[in-house]
Amino acid sequence: MAYEMLSGSQAAAAAVQRAGVDLVAAYPITPQTAIVETLANYEAKGELGGDFVSVESEYAALACCYGAAAAGARVFTATASHGLAYMHEVIHWCSGARVPVVMVNVNRAIGAPWCLDPDQGDSLSQRDTGWMQIYCSGAQEVFDTVLQAYVLSESLLLPCLVVFDGFYISHTYEAVDIPEKEKTLEFVGEKRFKPQVVPGNPVNLHGLTTGDNQILLVRNRHESMIKALDLFKQVNKKFEGYFARSYKAVDSVIPPGSKTVFVAAGSTVETIRWALPGLKDCGLIQLRMFRPYPAEELCAVLEAHDVERVIVVDRNCSIGMGGIFSQELKAALYNMENPPIVEDLLLAGGIDLTIDMLHRVLETTAEGKNADQKWGVDVR
Amino acid sequence: MAVIEQLTQDFLRTKKLPHIWCPGCGNGIVTAALVRAIERADFDQKDVVIVSGIGCSSRAAGYLNFNTLHTTHGRALAFATGLKMARPELKLFVIMGDGDCSAIGGNHFIHSARRNIDLNAVIVNNHIYGMTGGQHSPLTPVGKKATTAPRGTLEREFDLLKLARGAGATFGARGIAAQPRQLEQLIARAAKHKGFSVVEALSPCPIAYGRRNKLGGAVEMLREMKDSSISVEKASSMDTSELEDKTLTGVLFSEEAPEFSEEYHKSINKENA
Ligand code: SF4
Repeated sequence: MAYEMLSGSQAAAAAVQRAGVDLVAAYPITPQTAIVETLANYEAKGELGGDFVSVESEYAALACCYGAAAAGARVFTATASHGLAYMHEVIHWCSGARVPVVMVNVNRAIGAPWCLDPDQGDSLSQRDTGWMQIYCSGAQEVFDTVLQAYVLSESLLLPCLVVFDGFYISHTYEAVDIPEKEKTLEFVGEKRFKPQVVPGNPVNLHGLTTGDNQILLVRNRHESMIKALDLFKQVNKKFEGYFARSYKAVDSVIPPGSKTVFVAAGSTVETIRWALPGLKDCGLIQLRMFRPYPAEELCAVLEAHDVERVIVVDRNCSIGMGGIFSQELKAALYNMENPPIVEDLLLAGGIDLTIDMLHRVLETTAEGKNADQKWGVDVR
Repeated sequence: MAVIEQLTQDFLRTKKLPHIWCPGCGNGIVTAALVRAIERADFDQKDVVIVSGIGCSSRAAGYLNFNTLHTTHGRALAFATGLKMARPELKLFVIMGDGDCSAIGGNHFIHSARRNIDLNAVIVNNHIYGMTGGQHSPLTPVGKKATTAPRGTLEREFDLLKLARGAGATFGARGIAAQPRQLEQLIARAAKHKGFSVVEALSPCPIAYGRRNKLGGAVEMLREMKDSSISVEKASSMDTSELEDKTLTGVLFSEEAPEFSEEYHKSINKENA
């Protein structure tokens, strides 16, 4: 084992370098830029093992990845915030075209006005595009998840978005175990997909179709995506065998007797984990996989622990409805016999989660109109 | 009160100062030239609108005491087009950086030129994406280094003014931060020109560009900028061999052609008559 002090961004780049990529397409945007810069440096030193293309926009970056993947290449790009929003059309396109792409999104608020703080609304806005979405809570997880994302993406022919918070993860350093490239390459393995564009075999891709065909394609994609829930377990079993650590789509720390559970995704997980010993009768669920949505696993964890109250930490807000993670959780609880009450702690705009906030939220019970939605600014 | 103090008081949001730019950055020189040009053009302050994209130079909008809009990356011209069409009497200055204008915003740039809409584009060209720390842009010269081109970029750069002219712009000028008076005059002329005007302002970024390319500090960069440029007037009597490696400054082209917002409103009035 070789530990290196790496930021979340450097950990992402290190994983890409060890995944055997053929092409990286890059465009700068804060707080993601360090990822593509690190990859540019690998390339300059002859250590990337693939091509590095610096393009004129985020749209071009993902379109370039699409083209390369269609030609059979293992690809990577990274973006954030407005960059991800600008890619939106190609994000749909890559999924519909069934090309494997791994992309990192570093959460950052979307304007107007300009804001750099790590609101999750950028990646959550891409919820319905047919990409897997995995949220990481630290640099080691980022490194490991990027490697796993290649296996998932190439096995299911669906693109995968690996997400982590800007600054809290992208710019902070932690000791990351970086295995030998030989081992990581072996884990990711040979490419599991065939090129769509093959010289000498002319095809016309993605021409006009009808809704009658489209519904079959959509169903097919949906069914493939659902398979990621099982595949994630298998991939992690294999990963454990290689690197002696593994992850679950839904992870939890729920001490016996816990009545309340916090549900979080991203860096807030670590804040809660750290605060947990001081929070009376409280547990924590980390929602790592968001697409496909692990509804059954979530309900099973809540049921097994007889949880009465769930507080969802949402560093985002679907304007006119509320926190996106809490909406999805409520939908998942519909079939539960004794569902817990669900409250939402909104950190929209990307505000920091403090331990004081956790205590205050616990003290205020949900009564009255909209009392199940608490804004972070009101409880800090 | 001295003229310069009056200008500062009237045209700058002094409460927003000090600015965020690095020591030696050319953005302040270009912004000051713009302020003096607006004064020189004698526009009513209330009619002036500044629209900017995103990047170091686009932060100028926040310091300027007019209606100012900070907009999305590369799209400032599209936002400004809406303003001009809705309120043709406005005097619009669109501040963009080289990455902003010519990479992600390249499409809006050529279409603004094609329409010949009366916007004044001021492009601060420092050959680099400064705000994100030094990635190469379409105006980074071949061979120069950037964080996304550690071995030096292989991509050929745009000639922004040729691009603008080819796309239909009717006024194109180039100034340099090393000659702020000339730059001011060029922006003022652009402001008075009816149609799409482009002023390319070469500006030093000693931090994200100069340092990586060993171009010295701000003083050396400004000196080099001055030494390697020559005005179109002087150049007109020189041999092409003497002009190799020289950057032309001054008004490179100025033509008359129908202006889009005016033509559009004329056509509407005709229909409604
Ligand atoms: S990075 Fe460059 S362009 Fe940006 S403020 Fe500093 S010197 Fe100016």
